[in-house]
Parts: sequence; structure tokens; C-alpha cells
Amino acid sequence: MSRMIVRNGRLLDPSRDLDLGAGSASLLIEDGRIVALATDGEAIPEEGAEVVDAEGAWIVPGLVDVHAHLREPGQEYKEDLASGGTAAVAGGFTQVACMANTDPVNDDPSVTKYILDRAEKESPAKIRVIAAATRGLRGEVMTEMMALREAGAIAFSDDGATIMDAGVMRRVLEYSKMANAPVVVHAEDCALRAGGVVNEGSVATRLGLPGNPAAAEEIMVARDIRLASLTGAHLHVAHVSTAGAVHMIRKARDAGLRVTAEVTPHHLTLTDEATEGFDTSTRVAPPLRSAADIESLRAGLAEGVIDVIATDHAPHATYEKEVEFTEAPPGMLGLETAVSVSLALVRDNTLSPLEFVRRMSTNGAKVLGLEGGTFREGAPGDVALIDPEREWTYDPAQGFSKSRNSPWAGERFTGRVTATIVDGRLVYHIDRGVLIR
Amino acid sequence: MIGRDILGIEDLSREDIETILETAERMQEIGAREVKKVPTLRGRTQINLFFEPSTRTQTSFEIAGKRLAADVVNFSVSSSSVTKRETLLDTAKTLDAMDPDVVVVRHKVAGVPHRLAEVLQAPVINAGDGAHEHPSQALLDMLTVREEKGHIEGLTVTIVGDIAHSRVARSNIYGFRKLGAEVRVAGPPTMLPAEIEQLGVKAYTNLREAIEGADVVMALRIQMERLEGACFPSVREYAATFGLDRAKLRFAKEDAIVMHPGPVNRGVELAHELADHRPSVILDQVRNGVALRMALLYLVSGRGGASA
Repeated sequence: MSRMIVRNGRLLDPSRDLDLGAGSASLLIEDGRIVALATDGEAIPEEGAEVVDAEGAWIVPGLVDVHAHLREPGQEYKEDLASGGTAAVAGGFTQVACMANTDPVNDDPSVTKYILDRAEKESPAKIRVIAAATRGLRGEVMTEMMALREAGAIAFSDDGATIMDAGVMRRVLEYSKMANAPVVVHAEDCALRAGGVVNEGSVATRLGLPGNPAAAEEIMVARDIRLASLTGAHLHVAHVSTAGAVHMIRKARDAGLRVTAEVTPHHLTLTDEATEGFDTSTRVAPPLRSAADIESLRAGLAEGVIDVIATDHAPHATYEKEVEFTEAPPGMLGLETAVSVSLALVRDNTLSPLEFVRRMSTNGAKVLGLEGGTFREGAPGDVALIDPEREWTYDPAQGFSKSRNSPWAGERFTGRVTATIVDGRLVYHIDRGVLIR
Repeated sequence: MIGRDILGIEDLSREDIETILETAERMQEIGAREVKKVPTLRGRTQINLFFEPSTRTQTSFEIAGKRLAADVVNFSVSSSSVTKRETLLDTAKTLDAMDPDVVVVRHKVAGVPHRLAEVLQAPVINAGDGAHEHPSQALLDMLTVREEKGHIEGLTVTIVGDIAHSRVARSNIYGFRKLGAEVRVAGPPTMLPAEIEQLGVKAYTNLREAIEGADVVMALRIQMERLEGACFPSVREYAATFGLDRAKLRFAKEDAIVMHPGPVNRGVELAHELADHRPSVILDQVRNGVALRMALLYLVSGRGGASA
């Protein structure tokens, strides 16, 4: 029997609304599962246990990223399950859901199984698979959702290849109910976006770059909410970026629809002004928006209209980004910076520490129907330690991802993940590095 | 003090612009000589790096460099770097290894000269980047207006056409405003970019109102092939609504001048009778372009090199 005790930190468990002051609670994990949460001096015998001292840190359920691109199979020069999984645990994530735009596309049970087999061997984080909603991400013929589910897929999405045909989208949503899995949408009207690469507005006008209007996102959010209403399916809106979309999702939830949503750390903290200087690491889809949008996103997140903070970790090779702004592939790294970037919302009182953890962990597990995100007895022994005061300077070259496309290169952060435990095994420690591959 | 590179008018101060214009005025005389060459940039290498073909601008920069005795090399990259699987920075580093003293960059995507300037040892002059900036064009336009009107402060300048896709419009908006002119823009709503008023201009969709009382009316070239059917229904309708002719020009000041960055779509932006004769000053713009570009080359590469 393996035993681990985590103690001395401030323990936060959103699933039970627990916020226990530093040193007042300890966590006991046996054989990879949570067996006890001891409070107020209850003694846990330490014999035979590995003790993890969390002094100065928050002890939180392992973080859950509902949206990442891990690039394997097919684009291993950008990232693979080993490097992506390692970057994940270095960022406190014990579970990561990866998108289907691999090569070949994950639209077939054989690809899903391949990813899960490889991840089992290579990744210190637990990899969850989001399979394609339509074959080849072409938005025409739906995938074999039942077989994909059987193979291990936990959600369906064409992500950046938005399904433009409302008839196809309706069938995908209807069918997904039988597979009992959410459909994740990258909401963007491709015709209206046209060649837009930055938020349409004064910054785009000044920089002379083609604009992508907020309406391109909002039209699709509106359509998909109507389809969620028509079908009763679980719609999950990926990386919400506009005030209008937040407004519509709020109304949909008020109406009782099964609509959930995520927002990225970059859409919560950066505006389109980050593109001044034409740094291609600021090219993301959807684009960075305005300060007013950020305000609405933060309000929506605080209210719970937006359930989770998701990274949309999208590695690209340096040479792919060393091109014209319009030619650079969209996306930025996220796994290793998500906590440090998003802690800004705790410091400005948008979120309490407990609500921050809920959106980084508990809610992600809930949206995707996963175990974890909780310290209840019997839950997986997944833990992250976050030191909210620790200062550090981010250097992508020193990180675990294979890629370096981050607008935060050289950024001085306050707050960092200091250790990560997966199934009762310490897999990452800030002073000792990655411990298990 | 003018910086190392000339990337855009937005970055220049009023004093910078005046320094450039005064330097250009001194350069004008060289073009009038029998022997049109001075040894100022002798032994210096100027590379014209054009990712987008532009015979006029490239020739103007080439003549400007040659009149200053620089060794001018034209490096034209027809295909985009992505199709060649060579990155922009690869191209820049290759050129840098040849030790040029100044690199003149034209690209169809905004921001390329800025990214190149970050890695090149040599100073960069932006010869037009996407819909962003075309500083040498705006400066030659200011030079021409100053020559015609004696001053720019207090003038009203109206820019007509496809403002959304125009680097000439943006650079001129910054430049004329910095020198104290009122700038108006006019075009169909499909060609006015979002929040253009934030650049300090008034936007019009009615040409008559836009040129009412204007001292300078600048027509922009319409990209007919790309935009007909998308941003305006037909060339005929565009010409009827925004094409300048003597009748429409009556609403401008009596002594108003007409400008165009060229090449002119005759009968579209400008009626034939306006393209060739006063009040149009199109050929003066071209002539001034050489002197202005000489001034830029001198100011960035002729003042004792990078240490200047």
C-alpha cells in the first residue's frame, strides 16, 4: 500500500466549499485515492507515508484543462503527449482534454485509442480525448460517436473548423445526447470573419490588419444556443471572447438550457493592444478583444455564467510564427502560465481563491463528466500546490513545452504552481523538476 | 531626433517631419542638375527588398539611392515566404549577412518592416506595409502640398476612396494632422474602417460634404479586381459616387489641388480631364518622391552610419 500525506497548506476544495486555513487540514492519499481529509489537529499516522509539505501554498484538487492541443499524432515537432503532459503537470494540471485536429484527425476510434495508449505511457498528466464531431473536421458527416465514446472519447468538437451548416450542427447535437457527451464549439462565422486576424476596432484600423468583428462569434453563439434549445443537448462554448456572447450565454442559462462555457487566461487579461508591434504570438482565434469585453468576461466568470478557465494551449514551432502576421498560425501556449496569469483575477478580487480553484478544476471535471476536481473520499489522488506569492520570470525556452509561442515570454509573475500529484504520485516539484514520466 | 528606422508617420514627431521635409527641399536641387549625382552615400549599400511588386515606388527609391551614389540592389521576392518554407526572419538574416547600410522594405502584410527592423543591423525604411503605413508617400504628399500652399497648418485635406485598405490614407492622416491640418476621409461605408474617427478625422459618405471648402483633395486608387462586387457594386457606381471631376470639385476651395498616389484608374477615381492637368499635381508628387526618398536615405544611412 502506498500512502501520501499533504499538509501545512491552505486547503481549498470547491466541491464542498471548503477553505481551510494554513496548517489546519491534511490530506491522506492511499493507493492513488483520497481516503481522508483531517482537520483541526486530527492526527494522521505518518509511518510509511511520503509527506509533502505545502507550507505557504494552497492545496487544491488537481487542475483540469478542458481545452488543449497536444499535436500528437502528426505534429510532434510542435508538441507531443510527453512534452504536453509534462507542461501540464508543471502548470498544476492533472487532467487535460486534447482537441481532435491532429494528423490524422481524431475522428476514428483507432486514433482515440492510439492517443490514450501513448498518453498512458508518455504523459505524467491524465489525457482525456475530445474526438471530432464530423469526419475530417469537414462539417459534413458526423463521426461514429458511440464507437468513439466506447474508445474513450469524452466530448466531441470540430473546434477551429466551425461547423457552418446549421443542419449538420443540429444532427450532431441531437446525436451527442445518445453518446451522453457535450459538443464543444469554436463559435465563429467563417464568412463574416473572412480574413480577419485581429479584433475589428480602432487597433485593427490603426495597425492596418484585417479585422474580425465580435459579431462573427456572437452570431454563432446565438445559432448554437438556439440549436441547444431545439435539441436539448449539452453545448459547451469554447473560449468565449466577447461581451455579447457572455450576455447570450447568461440568458440561455437563465432559461435552463444545458449550456456551459469556458474562457482563456489570455482573453481575460490581454486586449488587442497587445498586437501593437505585430508580435505573432498575440495572434489567436478568436482574437484578443477590447477592455470592455474583458470586463464582461470577468463578470461572467465571477457570476458562474462562464464555468471554467481553459488554456486553449496551442503550440506552434518558432519558425511557423516567424512569418507575416496574417500568415502565422493562430494560438499560444497556455499550460505552464495559466495559473500565474489567471491569479491576477484573485488579486483584483474578481474571484476568491476558492472560486478561482472551482473554475480551474472542479467545474472542468463537471463539464466533461470526469472524476476529480474534488477531495471527497474516493476521488483520485490528484493535487496541485499553488504558492500565490511566489515570484518568477517566465522563459518559454526553459519550459517543458516543445514550442515557445507565448506573449508572456520574459513576464514577471507573482504566483506559481509548486508541486503536482497525480493518482497519489508526486510527478512535479518546483525544486526537483519532473519526477515521473 | 529621427530614430534609426523610418517605419511609420505615427512614430514621427512634428519636428521629425519638418526636418525630413526641409532635407528633401535641399535635395530637390540635385535632380535639376545636369549631373544628377552627389557622393553622399558613396560606398554604402542600399537593398530594396520588395515582397510585393511596385514599379513606381521601387524605381523612385532606386533613383534616389543612385543620385546619392549608393550601390542599389533590388531584391524582389515574388512568392510569399510561407510557400517557400523560408521564414521572413530567414530572409532578413540572409540579407543582413551581406552587410547592407539601409534596407527598403515593401510587403503586402502590415507589420513586416517592423519585425524585420527588430532583427536587421541596418536601418529599415518602410516602403509600404499592407494597409498600415506608407511613410515616404505621405511625406512626399506633404512636401508637395507645402510647395503648393506654402504651409500645411490650417489647411483642410480630404482623402477619398478605399480608406479601409489604404496605407497611404493612414500615413497621410497622421502626417497632415501632426502638421496642423484638418483631415477628412470619404468613401462608401464598406471602405471606411471601424472607428476611423479615433485617428482624429471626420468620416463622410457624401463626397460633396467631404470636399466642401477643402484645400487638398486626395483620391486613392481603387483595387477594382479585388473589391468590385465586394465593397462596391460596380466600378460605374463607384465612379459616379466618388469619382472626382470638375463638377464635383466645384465644392472645394477655388484654388484646391487634386492629388493621387498613382497609378490612376482613369475615369474611376479621377476623370480624364483631372488626371492630366492642374489642379492635379500628380507628376509633382512623383518628382518630389525622388527628393523625399533621397532625404530619408540620407537621414537614416548617411549620417555616419548606425552611430549617427
